[in-house]
Amino acid sequence: MAPNPVHARLSGVTRVYAAVAGYRPVHALGPVDLELRHGEFFSVVGPSGCGKSTLLEVMAGLQPPSEGTVEFEGKKVAGEVPDGVGVVFQEDASFPWLTVWDNAAFGLRRAGMDGAEIERRVGDALAFMGLKDFQQAYPAQLSGGMRQRVCIARTLVLQPRLILLDEPFGALDAQTRLLMGDEVLRLWRRTGATILLITHALDEAAMLSDRVGVMSARPGRFLDLVETNWPKDRDSTIVSQAGFGAVTARLWHHLRGESMKAMGQSAPAPAGA
Amino acid sequence: MNHGAMNRVGTIRLIVIVGLVGTLELLIRADVIPRRTILPPSEMAEALANLLASGKATQDIVQTLTCVAAALVSSIIGGFGVGVLIHRVPRLRRALDPFFATYYAVPFFIFYPVLIAIFDLSLLPIILMGFAFAVIAMTIATLNGLDRVPKVMAKVARVHRMAGFDTALRMKLPAAAPHLFTGLKLCVAYSFIGVIASEFILAPSGLGHAIAYAYNDFDNRTMYALMLFVLVVVITANMILHGWEQRLLRRWQGR
Repeated sequence: MAPNPVHARLSGVTRVYAAVAGYRPVHALGPVDLELRHGEFFSVVGPSGCGKSTLLEVMAGLQPPSEGTVEFEGKKVAGEVPDGVGVVFQEDASFPWLTVWDNAAFGLRRAGMDGAEIERRVGDALAFMGLKDFQQAYPAQLSGGMRQRVCIARTLVLQPRLILLDEPFGALDAQTRLLMGDEVLRLWRRTGATILLITHALDEAAMLSDRVGVMSARPGRFLDLVETNWPKDRDSTIVSQAGFGAVTARLWHHLRGESMKAMGQSAPAPAGA
Repeated sequence: MNHGAMNRVGTIRLIVIVGLVGTLELLIRADVIPRRTILPPSEMAEALANLLASGKATQDIVQTLTCVAAALVSSIIGGFGVGVLIHRVPRLRRALDPFFATYYAVPFFIFYPVLIAIFDLSLLPIILMGFAFAVIAMTIATLNGLDRVPKVMAKVARVHRMAGFDTALRMKLPAAAPHLFTGLKLCVAYSFIGVIASEFILAPSGLGHAIAYAYNDFDNRTMYALMLFVLVVVITANMILHGWEQRLLRRWQGR
């Protein structure tokens, strides 16, 4: 029997935040339908506040959907993060009280894995993320990009089959972001995991992804799913290829109006219209 | 701050302490301050050494330090536990905040006779006074510390499927640790104050009782020796905590 090509699925998912004192309920997301294919690199772009991070948290099981269902590997996601799902957040989530090594080993120790296997997996992940020389350093001694790599290594050692990245490079400078993009692509090729990346950077989404979902202003819905058709062994040099501009232009075509809506302005007609 | 700068700060601190003690010594020896009022620090140190060597104060010291340790440990554990619980229920916290704000305006020692009436003239009322003095400082420090734990840590805990107690112990406690040191230092100070002051008011033994007894007996040498002992112990404990806190902050902040 052929394996199910759908790795994770959102069906009619909405998320409405209940009213808090003096404020109305906030309809943050949806309805959204999405199918993530096994082993694909999928990015989500959208204007600020459109519900991108909410989408990721609903998919991870960190928030319940108000309506609709979330499935991972054919099982409904309910109440907790399913086994096989790893999440990397935008904020620095490294543990400042632990060394780089102990940060990376955190999840494995909690899972009660034996020492030799921890040694092997952590050593491997730190080498892969270029952190081998810093394994005894504390996060405060590292740059922002390196701290984010520590968080990725901590996720990587658990060998997740679905990796959810919530704007992990948002706080980094442009050059470091490009290089981190290369590292995520290497990671993706090596692990074979499905990746969902939330980002506000169109070039990042266009460079990294097999498909890019463009979201509307709040409540976020998918306006377009853009196939990039990049080869699997791509890297950041793809930004100089002819087709790259066409992908980003298509993304921006949708996003321009939505971003203006999100800013409370009406979208002007495109030039030449 | 680099190592050299820290050494310079340490040297300045030492100069200030030696300067103050030396000035006091000189003022007393020059009879600017009468010797019957206060002993020169060198004589206090000599009296303390003799007292410790004689073993006369050993029982009082052991009793007081035991009571302080009991008050300290219970207030740290209790204060942290209560802080974690209250932090999880924001409504309860809002309700209790005014009590925390006015807690130290209450003159606790008015309850000491009540505790003696309930528990008799034992160590328990003394420990309870130390505990009552210290516990809220730890609770407030815990609440402040937990407020400063980045929200993303709670998400990371959920990604690792950590239960509530596990999250508190392995995630929130270490993440809030640098902020908890303020509470720890206050707990040390308040435990000593609560215990020694209670012994001072009414107790059959203990350092506070011994100091009060020496005072009533015009035994200045014993009184100042014991006071010096208390000062040295409290300052040493706080310096150890301060050093530990600084080491942790250096690790946390990469200083």
